[in-house]
Amino acid sequence: MTATARTEACLGQIAARDAELGAFLHVATDAALARAAALDAQTTPPGPLHGLPIAVKDNIAVAGQPLTAGSRMLAGYLPPRDATVVARLLAAGAVLVGKTNLDEFGMGSSTERSGFGPTRNPLDPARVPGGSSGGSAAAVAADMAWAALGTDTGGSIRQPAAFCGLAGLKPTYGRVSRSGVVAYASSLDQVGPLARTVRDVARVYAVLAGADPLDATSADVPVTPVQWREDLAGLRIGVAREHLDAAEGLDPAIHARITAALAALQARGATIVPVTLPHTRHGIAAYYLVATAEASANLSRYDGLRYGQRTDRPPTLDALYTRSRGEALGDEVQRRILLGTFALSAGFQDAFYLKACRVRRKIAEDFQTAWHVCDLLLGPTSPVAPWLLGEKVTDPLAMYLMDAFTVGPSLAGLPALSVPVGVDAQRLPIGAQLIGRPFDEATLLAVGDVLQRAFATEAA
Amino acid sequence: MTSFEAVIGLEVHAQLLTASKIFCSCAVSVGGEPNTRTCPVCLGLPGALPVLNAEVVRLAVRAGLGTGCAIQPTSVFARKNYFYPDLPKGYQITQAELPICLDGQLTLDDGKVARIQRIHLEEDAGKSIHGDSGTRVDLNRAGTPLVEIVGHPDLRSADEAVAYLRELRGILVTLGVCDGNMEEGSLRCDANVSVRPLGQDAFGTRVEIKNMNSFRSVRDAIGYEIDRQVGLIADGARVVQETRLWNMDLARTESMRSKEEAADYRYFPDPDLPPLHLDPAWLAAQRADLPELPAARKARYQQALALDARTAAWLVEEPARAVAFDQAVAEAPALAAPFAAFLMTQVQAQLQRSARPWPELAAAMPALLATCGKWRGGQLSNKMLTELLQAAFADPARTLADALAHAAAQAGAVVSDDGALEPVLDGVLAQFPAEVAKYQAGQRQLTGFFVGQVMRALGGKADAKAITALLARKLGG
Repeated sequence: MTATARTEACLGQIAARDAELGAFLHVATDAALARAAALDAQTTPPGPLHGLPIAVKDNIAVAGQPLTAGSRMLAGYLPPRDATVVARLLAAGAVLVGKTNLDEFGMGSSTERSGFGPTRNPLDPARVPGGSSGGSAAAVAADMAWAALGTDTGGSIRQPAAFCGLAGLKPTYGRVSRSGVVAYASSLDQVGPLARTVRDVARVYAVLAGADPLDATSADVPVTPVQWREDLAGLRIGVAREHLDAAEGLDPAIHARITAALAALQARGATIVPVTLPHTRHGIAAYYLVATAEASANLSRYDGLRYGQRTDRPPTLDALYTRSRGEALGDEVQRRILLGTFALSAGFQDAFYLKACRVRRKIAEDFQTAWHVCDLLLGPTSPVAPWLLGEKVTDPLAMYLMDAFTVGPSLAGLPALSVPVGVDAQRLPIGAQLIGRPFDEATLLAVGDVLQRAFATEAA
Repeated sequence: MTSFEAVIGLEVHAQLLTASKIFCSCAVSVGGEPNTRTCPVCLGLPGALPVLNAEVVRLAVRAGLGTGCAIQPTSVFARKNYFYPDLPKGYQITQAELPICLDGQLTLDDGKVARIQRIHLEEDAGKSIHGDSGTRVDLNRAGTPLVEIVGHPDLRSADEAVAYLRELRGILVTLGVCDGNMEEGSLRCDANVSVRPLGQDAFGTRVEIKNMNSFRSVRDAIGYEIDRQVGLIADGARVVQETRLWNMDLARTESMRSKEEAADYRYFPDPDLPPLHLDPAWLAAQRADLPELPAARKARYQQALALDARTAAWLVEEPARAVAFDQAVAEAPALAAPFAAFLMTQVQAQLQRSARPWPELAAAMPALLATCGKWRGGQLSNKMLTELLQAAFADPARTLADALAHAAAQAGAVVSDDGALEPVLDGVLAQFPAEVAKYQAGQRQLTGFFVGQVMRALGGKADAKAITALLARKLGG
C-alpha cells in the first residue's frame, strides 16, 4: 500500500467522521498529501514508519501547523520549530495528518475540557474517549490515523487508550524528549504512542525513545529492542491488592476482565505474585498537588504579552494579566493554577507541595519494594468504563478519582502500558495496565503483546 | 547623644563572560537590535526547555574558588515566580536553597575579613524600555548568565563597602569571570543598610538600596542612607523596611516599594533541570587552574618588587593593568618600583586627560618602560618626559607605542657632556656670586638652584645628574 493510499484513507475517514467526533483541531490535508507523494517518490531506503499516517496531540509542536494545547489562549499561535518527537517521526518516514484535540493543556480525563469543544468516543459517540489525549485515541479508533502521539502526565495516554480499545504507552520519565511539548507538569509529562496493537505502539516507541540534547531531563539510557515472546515462563507478574481486590469503586466487570487477563498470562507460564502498594490511596492527592504546583509556574508564560490572546485595552498592567488569563484560560485550568499557586505559597508550601513530594517518594519506594518479588505489575487502567459526556464534568473531584491507578506510575516515573483486554456487557472496552521497571519498556511491550494476542485469540 | 554604627551587606550581580546565554545558544552581547538575540528558549515559547551551559558552571566555580567558598557538590535550580513584562516565562530560573557556592570571605586592605554567604547562578531578565508611546520590551538580555554574590552584613561604613566591592571586582576580573564594568551593568551592586546604637547586638531595620552604577554611587548612596537613618532615629522617627533607589542627580535615595507589598516568589525546584552534580576530579582541576589573585599579587609587589602599599594597591585594582605591568617588568625587575610609580603618577595623569583605552596602554607597556628607563637614566629630563608623554597621548594618528617612539625621536637628546655643560654652568656661576659663596660656605641645598638655572638656559633638555656632578667638581663637593 502506498503512502498516498494510506493517507487518503485516513483523510477520507476524517472527512466522514470528524464532524461528529471532534478528534482533530487541525487537519493538515495538503501537507500530508504532499508528504505522502514525496515518500512514494522516494528512492532512498524507507524509514521504520515509512508512509504511515500519524496524528499528533495538539500540545506537541509541528512547525508551520497551529499549536493550541486545546486552549483559546494559544488560538492562532504558530510554533517556529518541530518538537524533537515530531522531527524523529518525520525522519522515520511518517506522514503527519493533523493535530488532535485534548483537555486544555492536558488538564482533564475526558477531553470535555478542550477550549474548542469535546471529542466523542468512536465506539459510542455518546461517551467520552478519555483524556487528555482523547483526540489522539479517537483518531486511531476511527481509523483517521494509523497511530497517534499522546502525552501522559497522570494517565492521559493510558486511560484514553483503554476507553477507545487501543494500546497506549507512557514511557519511563526521561525516555522520550519533552522538547517542543507544551508543559503541564514538567516532572511528570511524557510523550508516547497510541495504536491498535502493542506491536504498532512498539514500532513508534522505538523511533521516539532516546536522549535529546534539547531536554536536560531526557535520560541517556540505552534503548533495548523488544524480544517478542510466546511463553512467559519465569516471568513474575505482581498484582497489587490496592489496584484490584482492595480497590475502591472498581467496576466488577473490569475486575473480572483483569482476573481473566491474569489467568491468560498464567496459562502462558507466568507466575502471579500478590504485592502491596500501601501508599496508593495518597496518590491522587500527591499527584494533584505536584502537578498543579508545576503547572502554576509552567502556565505563567501565557500572560498575553508576547503571543497568544490579549484582552482589549487593559487600563493597567495587572488588568492585562488578569483579564487576558481570565478570558482565555478555561475553568479547569484556572482551578489548577489556583490550587498549585496555593500549594507553593509561603506558609503553605510545607504542608502541601513539600508533603506531596515526600508522599511521591513513598509511592516510588512502594514500587521499588515490589520489584524485589516481581518483574512487572498488572491491574486495571481505569476503575470504570467510558462515561457519558457531561456525566462528571461538573464534579472535578469525581473526575480526579478516575486517575487512581494511573497516577502512581507517573509519580514514580515508571513506564506503563494500557492493553485492551476485551469489553464489558455494554461492549465498552476495558484496558489492563502493565507497569514496568524504569527503562524496561521492552519487557512491558513483550508481555503486553502476549496479553493482547491472548484476547484476540479468545475473541476469535 | 547616642553614637550609631552602620551595618551593611552587599548583594553583587556579576554577568559571566560566556559567549552564549545560560540556558540556550543565543549570543550574549551588549546592544544589538531589540529582540534579535533570542530563540524559543529565552523567549519562553511553549515547549522550549532550558539546557545548562557548562561554561557558566566553570565560571561560577572560579568565582567561588577565588572568594574562598566551599563549592557544593550538588546544587539545585529553582523557579522564582513573578509576573513582569521583561520576564518571559513568568519565573526566573535561579538557585535558592542549594546554591553552587557557600561560605566564602574577602580580606580587605586593612586586614578586615568580610564574609560571603553564598554565590548562586541565575538568568537575567530582559529590559523594559519606558517611552512616550508606552513600554517596550527587549529580550536580548533575557537568559544572560549571572552569579549573585551575597555578602554577610559585616561592613560598617560606606568606605568599607567600596573596599569590599573593589576587592571582589578585582578577583572576578582576574579570574575572567566578569568584565567588571559597572557603568554598563555587567557588575551590579545592591546594598542592605541599617544602623544601630553602638554596642547593640541586634540589627536595626534594613533598607535595600538599588541603582548604584559606579563605586562613587555606592559610596555616596550608602553614606547618604546611613545619615538618613541616623537622622530619622535622632528625630524619634522609625526606619521603614523598604527598597530605595539611589538618585545620582539629586544625591539621595528614594522609596521604591515597602516590605508590605513584597511578593511571595513561591520558589520550588525547577523540574526542567536536574540537580547539578560536580565531578570531584573536575573540581580539583579547576582549583589547580587558578591564577594569582589580587591579594597575593599585592603582597608579592610589596615583598618581591619593593613597591609601597599604595602603589601596589593601585596596580592591582585593575587586573589588566597589573598583568601588563608584570609582563613589562619581567625582564627588568630592578625598574619595577620606579616604573610602578611612574605609571601611577605621570602616566595616570596623562591617561585621565586622554581617550586612550586600557588595552592600548597595555600594548604600550614595553615602550612606557623604555621611556621610564631613559628618564631614570638621565637621558630625558623631567620637562622632556612630560612633554613627550603629553605629545604621545595626544597623538591621535598613532598607537600609543608608536606615538611614544615618535615623540622620543622628536624630543632629541639631553645635554650631558661636560664640554657642552661647562660654559653654561660657568655663566650661571658668574651671574650669581652671592649664591656661589653661600654654597661654598656649606649650603649644599643650593645645588637645585644651580641645576635649575642651567636647565632653564638649555631649554629643559639637560642631564641634571651631569650638572650636579660638574657643579660639585667646580665648587668643591
